[in-house]
Amino acid sequence: MKRLAPQAHERIDRSKTYQFTWQGESYYAYAGDTLASALLANGIDVVGRSFKYGRKRGILAAGVEEPNALVTLESGGYEVPNARATEIELYDQLNAKAASGIPSLRFDLRAALKPFHKFMVAGFYYKTFKWPQKLWPHYEHYLRQLAGFSEVPQQADAEHYDHQYQFVDVAVVGGGAAGLSAALTAAQSGASVLVIDERAELGGELSSEFASSAEAQQWFSSTKQALEQMPNVRILKRSTAFALHDFNLLLVIERRQDHVSLKQRNEKQSRQRQHRVRAKQVILATGSHERPLLFANNDLPGVLMASAMRRYLNEFAVLCGDKPVLAGNNDSIYALAEDLVKRAGVKPVVLDMRVGYDASRLIAAGIDVRQGYTILKASGSNRVEQVSIAKVYYDGKLWSASAATETLDCDVVATSGGFNPLVHLDCHTGSKPLFSNALQAFLPACDKPARISAGSVNGHSDWQACVQDGAYAAHQILGRLEKSVAPTTVKPELKLLNVAPFFCPTHQRNKIFIDMQNDVKASDIELAIRENYRSIEHIKRYTAMGFGTDQGKIGNVLGIALAAQLLNRSIPEVGTTTFRPMYTPVTMGALAGEEVGLLFDPQRFTPIHASHVARGAEFEVVGQWMRPWYFPKAIEHLYDAQSAEDLHTAVQRECLAVRNSVGVMDASTLGKIDIQGPDVREFLARVYTNAWAKLAPGKCRYGVMCDENGMIIDDGVTACLSDTHFVMTTTTGGAARIYNHLETWLQTEWPALKVYLTSVTDHWSTTAIVGPKARRVIEKLCSDIDFNAKAFPFMDWREGTVAGVPARVMRISFSGELSYEINVPANYGRYIWEQVMEAGKEFDITPYGTETMHVLRAEKGYIIVGQDTDGSLSPYDANMGWAVSLTKPYPFLGQRALTRSDTVRTDRKQLVGLLPHDAQKVLPEGTQLVNAIEDKAMIGHVTSSYLSPILGRSIAMAVVKAGLSRMGNTIYAKTVGGETIPVTIADSVFYDTAKEKLDGEV
Amino acid sequence: MKYSWLALLKEGLKGHQDWTPTWPDVTPQTAYDVIIVGGGGHGLATAYYLARDFPTKKIAVLEKGWIGGGNTGRNTTIVRSNYLWDEAALLYEHALKLWEGLTEELDFNVMFSQRGVYNLGHTLQDMRDIERRVSANLLNGVDAEVVSVAELKERIPILETGKQVRYPVMGASFQARGGVARHDAVAWGFARAASRLGVDIVQNCEVIGMDVSGGRIHGVETTRGFIKADQVGCVPAGHASVLAKMANVRLPLESHPLQAFVSEPMKPVLHTVVMSNAVHGYVSQSDKGDLVIGAGIDSYTGYAQRGSPHLIDHCAAAMIELFPIFSRTRLNRQWGGIVDTCPDACPIISPIPEVKGLYFNCGWGTGGFKATPGSGHVFAQTIGHDTPHPLAAPFHIQRFTTGALIDEHGAAGVAH
Ligand SMILES: Cc1cc2nc3c(=O)[nH]c(=O)nc-3n(C[C@H](O)[C@H](O)[C@H](O)COP(=O)(O)OP(=O)(O)OC[C@H]3O[C@@H](n4cnc5c(N)ncnc54)[C@H](O)[C@@H]3O)c2cc1C
Repeated sequence: MKRLAPQAHERIDRSKTYQFTWQGESYYAYAGDTLASALLANGIDVVGRSFKYGRKRGILAAGVEEPNALVTLESGGYEVPNARATEIELYDQLNAKAASGIPSLRFDLRAALKPFHKFMVAGFYYKTFKWPQKLWPHYEHYLRQLAGFSEVPQQADAEHYDHQYQFVDVAVVGGGAAGLSAALTAAQSGASVLVIDERAELGGELSSEFASSAEAQQWFSSTKQALEQMPNVRILKRSTAFALHDFNLLLVIERRQDHVSLKQRNEKQSRQRQHRVRAKQVILATGSHERPLLFANNDLPGVLMASAMRRYLNEFAVLCGDKPVLAGNNDSIYALAEDLVKRAGVKPVVLDMRVGYDASRLIAAGIDVRQGYTILKASGSNRVEQVSIAKVYYDGKLWSASAATETLDCDVVATSGGFNPLVHLDCHTGSKPLFSNALQAFLPACDKPARISAGSVNGHSDWQACVQDGAYAAHQILGRLEKSVAPTTVKPELKLLNVAPFFCPTHQRNKIFIDMQNDVKASDIELAIRENYRSIEHIKRYTAMGFGTDQGKIGNVLGIALAAQLLNRSIPEVGTTTFRPMYTPVTMGALAGEEVGLLFDPQRFTPIHASHVARGAEFEVVGQWMRPWYFPKAIEHLYDAQSAEDLHTAVQRECLAVRNSVGVMDASTLGKIDIQGPDVREFLARVYTNAWAKLAPGKCRYGVMCDENGMIIDDGVTACLSDTHFVMTTTTGGAARIYNHLETWLQTEWPALKVYLTSVTDHWSTTAIVGPKARRVIEKLCSDIDFNAKAFPFMDWREGTVAGVPARVMRISFSGELSYEINVPANYGRYIWEQVMEAGKEFDITPYGTETMHVLRAEKGYIIVGQDTDGSLSPYDANMGWAVSLTKPYPFLGQRALTRSDTVRTDRKQLVGLLPHDAQKVLPEGTQLVNAIEDKAMIGHVTSSYLSPILGRSIAMAVVKAGLSRMGNTIYAKTVGGETIPVTIADSVFYDTAKEKLDGEV
Repeated sequence: MKYSWLALLKEGLKGHQDWTPTWPDVTPQTAYDVIIVGGGGHGLATAYYLARDFPTKKIAVLEKGWIGGGNTGRNTTIVRSNYLWDEAALLYEHALKLWEGLTEELDFNVMFSQRGVYNLGHTLQDMRDIERRVSANLLNGVDAEVVSVAELKERIPILETGKQVRYPVMGASFQARGGVARHDAVAWGFARAASRLGVDIVQNCEVIGMDVSGGRIHGVETTRGFIKADQVGCVPAGHASVLAKMANVRLPLESHPLQAFVSEPMKPVLHTVVMSNAVHGYVSQSDKGDLVIGAGIDSYTGYAQRGSPHLIDHCAAAMIELFPIFSRTRLNRQWGGIVDTCPDACPIISPIPEVKGLYFNCGWGTGGFKATPGSGHVFAQTIGHDTPHPLAAPFHIQRFTTGALIDEHGAAGVAH
């Protein structure tokens, strides 16, 4: 194994040497290397250990299909778990270590358990670790120590991610011969084209041909150049299309910085970007992966895919061994043999399972070609050293093999067992791939609209045919786009690689690995079938075949073919497992994009927010909103020390201020829906339980909204602006939900109603002046409204000018106090707030937050939907039967449900007040209630609970079975902490039952 | 053959040649006493408990594809019983008790791992709901605990418990007896145990019609011919409405896609189950090392077993919100199942009043895996005695007429 002298068309740049660290030791390689080629060039054989048996594993492939070479890169905020060495572009100072090996790559405990491996067959854990059952947690504990590859990084991500949306006529997945040709043809028509390829450079497998074909090289460079110059073409390199969803939503991850050395990464640029591409047409030119031959110990380091050996040779000038044995069942191994002679002067032994194929060129070059032979078994300790070979014969249905005829010494084995077209993306939307006998491969069905496949994914093997197929595919889809470009192409003929049917030696099946990452052996598949796990999905699930990070890209088709043989069915009868996204794994960060940290969900602030911050408010998260929770006052201490009031102290002070003088609250977050149209009254009457026919302009009304089951889902005040124009307020948290609810009914059930909804939550800012002195404050600011209690009664609204700003002032109350809510266009919100603060100074006006609001409304027994209700309370249960009108001309939502037998039960849970016997005891909210101290049967729970400053005692709201008819009864609250607290059932209006305060100071 | 170390040892030495089918493949007979439609966990469990408790009945399970291939084989396997309402809590607790002995009962290791389940709270209202649910659980005999942020930090060090995030964690409820199980093993274990009691398990046999006349059922039409039966129990999850239609019955169900995904396997760092309704996501780490993550339900209805990508993105964001160290880990595979949801997020376990001999067990929606043995047991009793088992009675389909809904939406949110 060594690096060859400089080669024409090699990918590496020998003028740049990079240092890298592998397993703590320093090595060198060139720019342009992958970590895999760098490891191979440095003679490193063992790069991983297998999942179950801890077997030594080497590099098998050269691309994303690699199952063995899993590594961890870097550390700290830059750590990358489970990276595939074959995909990693080497950069200077790269630090990598194996992702497997317990405790180390050199010595693995699982390998030391070798005598037990014969018991550790597929599904053995279902049959064991169960006696005695109570020991399972211990068994599991030890099993978990053996699990997984890399560790989860220990630090938060040092980099960031973003998303971009693309809308194109044509998206071409794959930048190989077919993809580039398709892209060029499509682009020449003027269509916008996006080319997506996962590799660092375009070219795909074509790059492996450059060494042997100048023509290929020329075609590539001219096509690439042409594409790069076209303004309607965008090329995304290092980008993986990982999912194709319905209607051609193609998801792509672009790796923007992973190839850059840590020192040179640009902090301002995202590490990876998710492109969400909507393409009118998609061309899948995704190519194919080779699959290996099966034989015993096929997992030894030094055994690899023929195409991988060829890529390492041609693109990286790395010779994987001096004494190669090449084995295959198709024409492709011959190309590798020729390249080996030409470039490295190495003469491999070539074993072809088939007979009668023209090998004269190889034989003339002095290569030992044996047709009708294959490998039965490989052996070696750290690396393959020998293979035993046998004669094989195909009778048109089945293979038979002789005993081993000979052992060959070797230091590398490269095999080709045919090709697996990359049908994944096509299958993501439910298409089933079609099996071709001629190709011995599953091909994409492409039976969904606006999609076509081209190139080797269709089974083409030579590059010219791929170029032609790409152009042909482009012409097909241009027709659909009503575009064209001359000249048209015909569908190329399939040139077969003459892949022989699947073969698996019968001996030593317990050493023949089908899925290397999960250690699934041929014998495991046999066992699964013996135990009646016969569906391919059962085989997969029982053996774990295809469960790995490679999702069975190499192994699955082998497993399917073996199952078919054992079940005596055809391969298509057995079928494939489901292909699902992700095509290759995608970082969570890239999926999340910018939506992390504070951008995880939008944060909404009221127009007055800055004032609240300046006054030192603490905030509560209510839905997306940040609402002032309370306004702690600074407390001065001796020696200039300062602290702030706690919640309790602040709320006591705020509550008393409102009850005794005046307070001010920011009510801007309440949902506001502007409702217009000739049928508004009827609409309101249908969605609210009460009547709306006669509400006059200038008036407001409180309404309760129910769902179809008659249960409360929202409440709020709606103002009548005119006969055809109303403004509804909803709860803060319910704003979006209720808006959707109303639109749904309007659009799907009541399309005949002429009603139009507009969300105006953000358009208005609301400042509520609350308390006996409220009138005195607002009168200072507004002279064109008569605030006299009779002239402007409760539940009216007026239009006027407040501090020079046009305003709608509503006299409504959520505290039982005199209260004016000043609604102004949002941009004036903060100004009005400050004006109110200024005007209220003489009355010591006190800003208050949601907590005080909650206490004040609980003192009055007003509900908060979502806190005192939970979707199981009807208006009657909430003791709000007064808000239900059953005599309206229109039935309202939930009306019928209110008469159902369960809804009219008299022992339903009903909303009541509770007075703890210990007046200083505040019940924890949520606590369940029982009838007697020893009882466990629950009769309700505490929904709201506070220490009422004005009453000087604790109060609570609760739902209690038949509670409304049990006033004065003692029941018990059973807290989570184990306390049993006696309470008396009471009216839920605790304060000012006579409503004397509503008009404030007269 | 009983499964044990000894059996494995013997077989291992012989090259595993003598293992017998876990359940035999059979050709359906022309008549049975009871037919169970749907070979998911619930259907197979129903068949098992029927065969165990009513040994004279001839029973078949008809599955249109391969057993366990529906939601049973697609779910994130969270098992818990800390539901809010008495009816739900008692049913799920019945199931949890059965889980605790299931491996032994079935002679099949279902890997029931009682690693505990945390439900996080992120708002004051979340914390009220947690207090309420835990208080109810304790009174219902369900183990439950309210956990403070400080304790959470200690118990799950990788959880973000700081205040600087968008929705800081304020606390959690914890059920220590909750956990996860191996979903496939549950289907296979029930299939094996049922077939050993004489139940015919018929795969690739889709029910395409029902013979209903004179107010009762006489049998089912299948892709493998007509099969007579006096009693038919339907347990088809996402396809419940489709099946009901064959008997001219309408169910109050909507079928939606629900998605989940797994990361690549990594060394275990998360040894419990963490769920958060506020940020929409839940996660556990399997014994293989994959992070198993569940997303929210897709809002549209449909039968394609795949969902929309924006939900996956949002769920990944939620995971990073809870566990910032997951940002650089990679997701390996995503999938979807079709969940049958009732308006009150609770199942229907019920005789069908209009059709004698026809029973439905459906509506488990996003959270029925945890109920598998309990659901099977009470449904078997309901069919066997032709009268609802007391634990199943509140889940009678009649509740949509009477209004006696059991609304788990309220405090539990999405009920996985
Ligand atoms: C992504 C996801 C995550 C979930 N996470 C959890 C979780 O963490 N915890 C939890 O408790 N639950 C969870 N669930 C819900 C849980 O999976 C289901 O509630 C449960 O598995 C349902 O079991 P089942 O046996 O009723 O249905 P299934 O397993 O779906 O079985 C129904 C069977 O009926 C068959 N069938 C349908 N129609 C016919 C017909 N006409 N003829 C014959 N056969 C038919 C189907 O093929 C299928 O096999 C989740 C679900 C999903 C999709």
